[in-house]
Amino acid sequence: MAQNPQDPNSIIGQLSRNKGAAALIAAVVGVVLLLFAWAGGWFGGRLGPGKIADALQVHDGLHEGFRRAHTKGYCFTGHFDGNGQGTRLSVANVFAQGESRVIGRFSTGGGMPDSPDGRLVFRAIALSITAPNGEVWRTAMDSTAVFPVATPKAFMAFLEATSPVADGKPDPAKVGPYMAAHPETVAFINYLKEQPLASSFVNTRYYSINAFRFVGGDGQTRFVRWSLDPTATPEWMDKGNLEKMPRDFLFDDLIKRAAAGPLTWDMSIQLAAPGDKTDDATVQWPEDRESVKVGRLTIDHLITEDEGPCRDINFDPLALPTGIKGSDDPLLAARSAVYSSSFRRRAAEGPHPSFATEHKP
Amino acid sequence: MTERFWLPARILHWLMAVLVIAMLFIGAGMVSTVSRTHEWLFAIHKPLGFTIFVLVIIRLIVRLVHKPPPLPADMPAWMRHAATLSHWLLYALMFFLPLLGWSTLSAAGYPIQLAPHVHLPPIAPHNLALYTFLRDAHGFGAYLLFFTYLAHLGAALFHHLVRKDGVLASMLFGKNPAG
Ligand code: HEM
Ligand code: HEM
Repeated sequence: MAQNPQDPNSIIGQLSRNKGAAALIAAVVGVVLLLFAWAGGWFGGRLGPGKIADALQVHDGLHEGFRRAHTKGYCFTGHFDGNGQGTRLSVANVFAQGESRVIGRFSTGGGMPDSPDGRLVFRAIALSITAPNGEVWRTAMDSTAVFPVATPKAFMAFLEATSPVADGKPDPAKVGPYMAAHPETVAFINYLKEQPLASSFVNTRYYSINAFRFVGGDGQTRFVRWSLDPTATPEWMDKGNLEKMPRDFLFDDLIKRAAAGPLTWDMSIQLAAPGDKTDDATVQWPEDRESVKVGRLTIDHLITEDEGPCRDINFDPLALPTGIKGSDDPLLAARSAVYSSSFRRRAAEGPHPSFATEHKP
Repeated sequence: MTERFWLPARILHWLMAVLVIAMLFIGAGMVSTVSRTHEWLFAIHKPLGFTIFVLVIIRLIVRLVHKPPPLPADMPAWMRHAATLSHWLLYALMFFLPLLGWSTLSAAGYPIQLAPHVHLPPIAPHNLALYTFLRDAHGFGAYLLFFTYLAHLGAALFHHLVRKDGVLASMLFGKNPAG
């Protein structure tokens, strides 16, 4: 810009002769800028997805290229066969009689890529189901019917209170007050201790935990939770032996069982009754609520994360087909936002070899 | 009397001004929060962004078939160049941002649903290195659009309040104050 402040026709020259106009312009532009900064969360310490992703990295260390949670995992492919019973509850095409393609992932809870399987943590299954009409349904499910916290704020507080300090262990001075303020987390820990522990990924039941809404052909909306019920014979393991198990025993067992033939689960949809809490993942609905079997998941092939199709998928719980919607459960939006943040980070870091390079089917 | 923009151009300008500014705020807001606001903002972001894409194509056609009124003759040459350049930058960003958003979701392997039963096909291969580039470009482009818009706003007010040259009026409706 050929700008000379002495020149009366320069912008600066003109503005200095119109101080009122100059102030007005600065005020308008400034207000828009401040509003935009506010929208972007610059004021007031809004809880954003990056903060939770950071807290996960503090909790379990930064492992570049890997998911910030449920880090240790294995891919599979298979199919879901709707039996037609679900069409009454949801117009989603996946529930019509017929076969949908599935890409999925088994994982264990925690943020370390080669952590030992012998820990009392979540076991999980994530599915990306493509219905015959092309619509996609993604769901990430855990082996517990409930979650330790009900809100993203509580999740953040949980991570901060239980992150390891100098000696590699959480600071009791932080854990104590957290637990005192969060009886739901204490209840969850007791639930983990009391529930029998399945011996394998294959005979584990997996739960959506969060509530969702189904939109039926009759236009009616129903609050639901879903689960995958194993068809394999139940077998339980002694929790006292967990620490003595080989590091990768769950995944090795999975590989062995999958080699022997397809693995199957039945999907059930549990319907909420009036008054059931739909916005609180720490509260289970009574077992006797109406439940509808809507189809069967079959896993045909296991494949490592390094070679398989699941690593590069974000199992966003709000990636839902027509006929399924999120609920008022505040964890759902938080999961969607944080999974996206985790996905963006690991994508930017690029893939790193998984533990499974030494554990192939 | 100042010559004005063609009526369709003026309508598109103000309609899109509202939508684009809303989109900038929605985009910045949705990535800043884990609350349920994230969910509904993202649900608006996709169909609204696609609407802007359709509108900007119509607008570019309008722009090409109907020449806008000339800028005031007494404007310095550099200012004229800055105006032309920033206008084309605004058009380019309005055109490419929706495409970048759409290809970001494609490269991330997301289903791209705009509304119940309304899906877009992927326009880029599922590839995370590509996703990283596109996601960064979408974010960078969006903030570039915001700052270009701020300059545009400041310049419009400068024309109106300081130069009083009828440039803002050429984009307005109703009685022509300069007439
Ligand atoms: C506020 C609560 C939660 C947060 C912040 C959170 C965070 C995360 C993150 C960052 C990932 C990695 C995502 C990726 O990079 O692709 C993840 C994965 C996962 N989460 Fe959560 N999670 C939450 C709640 C839950 C709940 C309630 C469930 C159970 C239903 C769950 C089940 C899973 C599963 C199964 C995976 C692994 C998905 C995969 O294999 O890719 N999470 N979580
Ligand atoms: C004029 C149109 C658009 C504008 C002004 C706009 C603006 C924005 C802004 C400001 C952000 C936040 C960027 C950041 O902080 O990094 C964003 C993110 C995003 N936008 Fe757009 N956008 C537009 C169109 C679209 C369209 C059409 C789509 C998809 C169909 C889209 C998909 C996305 C996605 C996926 C993200 C990132 C979300 C995440 O990482 O969690 N955008 N956009």
